[in-house]
Amino acid sequence: MHLLEIKNLHASIGDKEILKGLNLTIDEGEIHAIMGPNGSGKSTLSAVLTGHPAYTVTEGEVYFKGKNLLEMPAEVRSREGLFLSFQYPVEIPGVSMVNFMRAAVNEHRKYRGEAPLNASEFLKLMREKRALVELDNKLANRSVNEGFSGGEKKRNEIFQMAMLDPVLSILDETDSGLDIDALRIVSEGVNKIHTPQKACVVITHYQRLLDYIKPSIVHVLYQGKIVKTAGFELVGELEAKGYDWIKQELGY
Amino acid sequence: MEKSPDQHIIEEVTSGEYKHGFVTDIETEVIPRGLSEEVVRLISAKKEEPEWLLEFRLKAFRYWQTLETPTWAHLNIPEIDYQDIIYYAAPKTESDENQEEIDPELLKTFDKLGIPLEERDRLLHGGTAVDAVMDSVSVKTTYKENLAELGIIFCSISEAVKEHPDLVRQYLGSVVPYRDNYFAALNCAVFSDGSFVYIPKGVRCPMELSTYFRINAVNTGQFERTLIVADDDSYVSYLEGCTAPIRDKSQLHAAIVEIVVNERAEVKYSTVQNWYPGDKNGKGGIYNFVSKRCLCKGYRSKVSWTQVETGSAITWKYPSCVLQGDESVGEFYSVAVTNNHQQADTGTKMIHLGRNTKSTIVSKGISAGKSQNSYRGLVRVASSADNARNHSQCDSLLMGDACGAHTFPYIDINNNTAMVEHEATTSKINEEQLFYCQQRGISTEEAVGLIVNGYAKEVLNKLPMEFAVEAQKLLSVSLEGSVG
Repeated sequence: MHLLEIKNLHASIGDKEILKGLNLTIDEGEIHAIMGPNGSGKSTLSAVLTGHPAYTVTEGEVYFKGKNLLEMPAEVRSREGLFLSFQYPVEIPGVSMVNFMRAAVNEHRKYRGEAPLNASEFLKLMREKRALVELDNKLANRSVNEGFSGGEKKRNEIFQMAMLDPVLSILDETDSGLDIDALRIVSEGVNKIHTPQKACVVITHYQRLLDYIKPSIVHVLYQGKIVKTAGFELVGELEAKGYDWIKQELGY
Repeated sequence: MEKSPDQHIIEEVTSGEYKHGFVTDIETEVIPRGLSEEVVRLISAKKEEPEWLLEFRLKAFRYWQTLETPTWAHLNIPEIDYQDIIYYAAPKTESDENQEEIDPELLKTFDKLGIPLEERDRLLHGGTAVDAVMDSVSVKTTYKENLAELGIIFCSISEAVKEHPDLVRQYLGSVVPYRDNYFAALNCAVFSDGSFVYIPKGVRCPMELSTYFRINAVNTGQFERTLIVADDDSYVSYLEGCTAPIRDKSQLHAAIVEIVVNERAEVKYSTVQNWYPGDKNGKGGIYNFVSKRCLCKGYRSKVSWTQVETGSAITWKYPSCVLQGDESVGEFYSVAVTNNHQQADTGTKMIHLGRNTKSTIVSKGISAGKSQNSYRGLVRVASSADNARNHSQCDSLLMGDACGAHTFPYIDINNNTAMVEHEATTSKINEEQLFYCQQRGISTEEAVGLIVNGYAKEVLNKLPMEFAVEAQKLLSVSLEGSVG
C-alpha cells in the first residue's frame, strides 16, 4: 500500500479544468518536489488534496493510507494526517494562536480516541515545537497570522505542522517571501520533523529551498499533468535551463 | 434550481437547540387576561402599593391608551393583541408567610439554569449576589444582609417600594418617564417586579449584583423594572440574564431599566439576553421591547453598557446614556446575533449635554439564516456640550446569503467643538478562514465558533469573567448550523 496514490485526477474551478489526468504515487520516507511554470496547477493540486471547497474533482481517484481521500471532509483529511503549509496563510482576527492550536490539537486527539491535553501539557508542547522554528512566544499569543511578517507566517505554518505531526505534509511555496535566514530556519524545522515514516511534498519554483530540504524525487507539473519525473539532478537542470526544453521535448 | 453547498448545509443542520426551553411545573397565580384600568388597579393592589404608585401607573396607562405602536424600527412586528395577554403571574409558594423558604421546584429551576439561590459560604468578595425573578415576582434575593452591612440596598423593586419608598419615589421614572415611548408607558402601567439597587456614597460594591429573569407561565407578559442608583464616588457591576421556555406562541417582554449615576460614580451594566428565539421556522419566541437608559448626572459619572443579545424573536432595544455631568463618560458595547427568523433592531443613544463628555460605541452584529439585524444609534451633541467626543464603530458579519445587516446611524451636532467619528464595516464569514481551520482539523461548527468569538472579542472582554465564558458558549450555540 502506498501512502498516497493519485490516479488520473481531473479537477476544475468553476468551468475551468486545471488538473487534467494527474498521476502520482508517494511512499513513506520520501520527499517529493513538484516544480513547474506558473499556472501549471501546483497550488490546485494541494488545494484539491486537502479538500478546498472551491475545487471540484471531475474524474479520478485518490487514496491516502489506503482510504478514499476524496470522500473525506477537509477536517477529517487533516485528522488522518494530511497537512498543508499554505502559500498564503490566512489571518483570523481575535483568535489567538494558542486557542486555535489547542482546538486543532484536541480535535486530532479526539479523532484518535485520546483525551484532550490539559493546559500545562498543551503549553509544554507549544514551547517544545515553537523552539523548532524559533517562533517567538509573543507570536503564539497573537491572533492567528494577524500582523505577522511574511517570514513569521511561514515559520508559523511549520510550527503548526510540528504541533499536528502529520504523516504527509505539502509545503506550498513555503520559500516565497523568505530571506536566507528564515529559509534556513524553516527548512531545518521541516527536516527535524521528517522521519522515515513520513513523507513530504515540496512545491516550489526555486532550487534554493531544495538545497535544504533535499527531495529524492522531482516532478515537473505542466498543464495539469506530471510530464517528467527524475532524481534530484533535475532540479539543477531546471534552474539552469528553465522549462522550455521540457516543453520542446514534449512537443508543445 | 440547484442549491449551493452553503444553502444546503444551512437548511440541513439547524441543530442549534435552545438549552433553556424547559417548563417548571409549579402552581401559578394568574389574573384574568386583558388590560384595563381595573387590571392596573388589581396589580397595584396585589402588590399592596401606596397611592402615589397607583397614580403613577394610572397616568401611564391613560397615556398609553392614546398611543399607537411605533413603526419606525426595521422590524416586522406581528400585531399584538394586548387584551390576550396575562399581565400578572406569580408562582404560588406554600409558605407565603415565611419568605425564607422557597419552593424546591423554584430552587431546582434556577439551579438548572446555573443560578444558585443558596448563599454558599462567605462568597461576599468576588461572588455574585442574585435577585431571581420568575414571571411577575422576585423569588429570592441572595446576600442581601451582607450587602446591607455596607449600606447597599439590593432587593426586588416591590420590596423597595415598601422599605425605601422615598428613594424609589425620587428616582422612579426620572430617567425613562412614562411618556417616553409606547412600551415604556405600557411598562409603567403594569410593571411587576425587577431589582432595585442603591449604592451609598463612597462604597465600592464588593460583589457582582445580578438579576436573573425567567418567564415560565403561559400567555403572560413580563414587564420588569429595574432601578439602579449609584451615589457619589460609588461603583457597582450589575449583570442581567434572561431565559424562557420553548412555546409556540410568542410572549411579550417589555422592560424598563433606569440607572442614575452621581458624581464620580461608575456603573457597569452587562446583559446576556437569551430569551427563547422561536423555532427555526420563526414560530414562537419572545418579543423583547426594552427601554434602558442611564443618566450620568454628576461630574465624571461613568456608565458602561455591555450586551450580548442572542435570544428573542424580535429585539427592540437601545440602552442609552444621557451625559449630563461635565466630563461624564458613556460606553456601549454590543454583540447582537440573529439566526433563523430572528429580528433585531438595537443600538444606543449618546446624548452629550455636559462639557468634555465622552462616549464610545462598539457594535458587532452577526446575522445568519433568514434573520434581519439592524444597528440604530444616535449621537447628539447639545450646544452646551463643549469638546464632546464620540467614537462609534459598527461592524456587521454576515453568514450565508439570506440574511440582512443594516446600519442606521444618526448624528446630530449642535456644538462645533465636537469630535465625532463613525466607522463601519460589513464582512462575510470568510471561506478561506473556514478552510484554514478545517485544514488544521477543526470542524466547521467549531471554526465558526472560533471566528465569531474572535470577531466579538472586543465586546466579550468587557463582560465579567464568568459571564464572558457563558457568552462565548452561547454565541457558538446560537450559530450552530448557520454556515456551510
